[in-house]
Amino acid sequence: MVIAFYIAVAVALLATVLVITGRNPVHALLYLVVSLLAVAVIFLLLGAPFAAALEVIIYAGAIMVLFLFVVMMLTVGSGETAAPLLRPQAWIGPSLLAAVLLIELAAWLALGMPSHGQAHPVAPKAVGTALLGPYLLAVELASMLLLAGLVGAWHLGRPDDSAAPQQQALS
Amino acid sequence: MTAVPADHALYAAAALFALGLIGVMVRRNLIFVLMSLEIMLNATGLAFVAGGARWGQADGQILFLLVLTLAAAEVAIGLALLLAVHLRVGSLDADQLSRLRG
Amino acid sequence: MIWFQNPADWNQLGSVQLDGLWLVPALPLAAFLVLALFGGGIGRRGVAVLGAGSVGLAALVAGSIAVAFLTSMPADGAFTQTLWTWFSVGDLHPAMALHLDRLSLVMMLIITWVGFLILLYSTGYMQDDDGYRRFFVYMDLFVFFMLVLVLAGDLLLLFLGWEGVGLCSYLLIGFWYQDADNGRAARKAFIVTRIGDAAFVAGLLILFTGLGGTDIATLLGQAKAAWPAGSALPVAAALLLLGGAVGKSAQLPLQVWLPDAMAGPTPVSALIHAATMVTAGVYLIARMLPLYELAPAVLTLVGAIGALTLLLSAFAALAQHDIKRILAYSTISQIGYMVMALGVGSVSAALYHLMTHAFFKALLFLAAGAVIQSMNGEHDIRKMGGLWRQRPIAFTGFLAGAASLAALPLVTAGFYSKGMILDAALSAGGTDGRLLWLAGTTGAFLTALYIFRPVFLVFFGPIGIEPTARPGLAMALPILVLSALALGGGLIDVPALLAGFNGPGVQIPATRLVAELIVVGLGLLGVLLAYLAFAARRTSLLPAWLGDWAYTGLGFDWLYHRLILAPYLAIARLVRRDPVDRPFDGLAWTARRGHRLLSATQTGQLRWYASATVLGGVLVVGTVLLLAVTP
Repeated sequence: MVIAFYIAVAVALLATVLVITGRNPVHALLYLVVSLLAVAVIFLLLGAPFAAALEVIIYAGAIMVLFLFVVMMLTVGSGETAAPLLRPQAWIGPSLLAAVLLIELAAWLALGMPSHGQAHPVAPKAVGTALLGPYLLAVELASMLLLAGLVGAWHLGRPDDSAAPQQQALS
Repeated sequence: MTAVPADHALYAAAALFALGLIGVMVRRNLIFVLMSLEIMLNATGLAFVAGGARWGQADGQILFLLVLTLAAAEVAIGLALLLAVHLRVGSLDADQLSRLRG
Repeated sequence: MIWFQNPADWNQLGSVQLDGLWLVPALPLAAFLVLALFGGGIGRRGVAVLGAGSVGLAALVAGSIAVAFLTSMPADGAFTQTLWTWFSVGDLHPAMALHLDRLSLVMMLIITWVGFLILLYSTGYMQDDDGYRRFFVYMDLFVFFMLVLVLAGDLLLLFLGWEGVGLCSYLLIGFWYQDADNGRAARKAFIVTRIGDAAFVAGLLILFTGLGGTDIATLLGQAKAAWPAGSALPVAAALLLLGGAVGKSAQLPLQVWLPDAMAGPTPVSALIHAATMVTAGVYLIARMLPLYELAPAVLTLVGAIGALTLLLSAFAALAQHDIKRILAYSTISQIGYMVMALGVGSVSAALYHLMTHAFFKALLFLAAGAVIQSMNGEHDIRKMGGLWRQRPIAFTGFLAGAASLAALPLVTAGFYSKGMILDAALSAGGTDGRLLWLAGTTGAFLTALYIFRPVFLVFFGPIGIEPTARPGLAMALPILVLSALALGGGLIDVPALLAGFNGPGVQIPATRLVAELIVVGLGLLGVLLAYLAFAARRTSLLPAWLGDWAYTGLGFDWLYHRLILAPYLAIARLVRRDPVDRPFDGLAWTARRGHRLLSATQTGQLRWYASATVLGGVLVVGTVLLLAVTP
């Protein structure tokens, strides 16, 4: 199963290259999602299932979706319709790469989820215990960070009423 | 099971990081710059997890969680700024935002 | 001094005793102050009375003091009046001391009496000038400084007078400052004499540091005691003081300023550049003669300079066409005679000639001034003619002066004084003495020639320009008085008066008769030649090429320009762009370039900044890795 690791890495790299060289932001986003999924598979193969789950749920699931929303908001006036997205060139690349990852995942599950880390995989339970133990403070700080992000994003995204507040909003 | 050498995951992380860096330096569209930043953060997370897996400890994944949190907050604010820029300047071309030139 | 020796003549005026010596310089100074501060409200008459009258009063006081001095000669033949100590710094405490001995007595009388006559003349001559008051302000200041110079008992005080007369000379040469040429002439005079003054100061410093004092009498005594003859210090000091004298008295090589100084009004030329200031150098050497006797080589140099100067400038005078320039070169030449006399150690001969020269040269200038005024400001003698009938006073004056200058035998004062100089040269003995005598004799021939040339050209022959203005009484009287003095002044027995100083008496021994006859003969020959040439209206005796060279004052101005001025100007042009400042400008330039370069990195471009950050990071990480890897 070692080869699966390298395949996943290759997929991740390829997808990333396609992201940074992409023309259309939506296409690039799709490839980015694929890249994140590939990294999630890598996590699985390294024996970090919790991290893999987080990667998929939060990174690919929330952050990328947020990206997508904003991109769609920004291009809403340009008259782009869904039609270009449904053309084969748009989805064939990411789909192929995602299919590769799917095959890998299936194979891994079939083989009994072997991990290639040094020891046994680090179970989510261990992670949770550590989080609520030594890393308690970090969790609190993370929540404050999220709060700050929340407030900042809300403030910046407010519609401006006059010229003066506009200047203040940007500072 | 033969193990994957721990270095290889780090190499992969480094490669991903470099790609993200290239994206930040090269791309003009701010959306792509933000995406490249995400790639970099992701690569960092990979490095952490790889490190944690090497030693068989949970710390790697915990730090990965914190990186994730950071990425989330950063994306939120980054996209809000993006919207603000789009509102004021009208385009998302980074080269046009050069009022701070000396 | 025939009629001075009878005190009864003076009793009516009241006699001033020696203690009143300070009055003599004080009177012109007071007049200067009043005229300068309040002269605006006095009116022309008042200015004239104050300006000329103050000097006249000083002349009377001086005369009275002279009588007192001669009748009751103080010990050592000198009277010193110390007014106060000027300042006191370390070892230097110069005193405001007035020192009266026979030398300064003669000088004082010349300055005050001839000065008074000239100022009297000026009241008429400067009548139509807007700067009437300014003229008398400067002239009175000049008389004050000149008196300080000759009466100074302290070398520093002498230098004060020395500088003061230089200043007044500058002010008066450039009197008509509206014309830029006059300013240039004034500057030229000041700068050239400055060179001499610098040498003077250097000499003064040597004397002070070597002998520890500035009082003249003490210095001379200490020099005799402390310094062996011919040693370095007295030679250096004498040489440097000679430099100062050469500058002030317009001798070679610093004579270039005097001809141009004729740009000033004629009374200025008469007083300053004939009778008094230019004789200051002669006075200085005469005063410091004991020092010169300690440096015999320098004394020989003095004689050589005098001889050379008198010959060259007499030659130059032959080729001039401006009547005042002829007289200027003549002055240079005659002072050369005085300097030559000092060179053979005869102070009395030099001083005698100084006095007679003051008479006849001032006379010549005043007469020339009257002529110039009649000719409406024309100076060129070639354009004049036939004035003897219409301007008899000017003619008398000029003829008397010319005769005295040419030393026509027996009837003129100049004959006796020039004769005494030549006699002193011959009796000094040796080849040096004979050479000097030869120079003086040749000079006598040239003198007669160059001075009778304007006599014949201006006063004889057909009328050139119709004369207009006529000299008034104020101008005529001094001319007549000076004519009498120029002819009869030889009767003033100066040599006997100065018998205390070295030098032969006025009697000419029979063995010298031949030499005397030669001189007389040459003088008369010169007059005859002048008559033959110029009465026939030839304007020049010299071939064109020689005449042109002599006209420029023997090319000294050209030489100095090439030697000193041109290289200086070339260097100034070279460093015009301030090369010393360039490195400092370079610093600023570098800073500015650096700023521009660094500013270029602030593009405001996001990608640029990102790339720069990445580059920096790569460099740092790379360096760390390299350092970690290398052993």
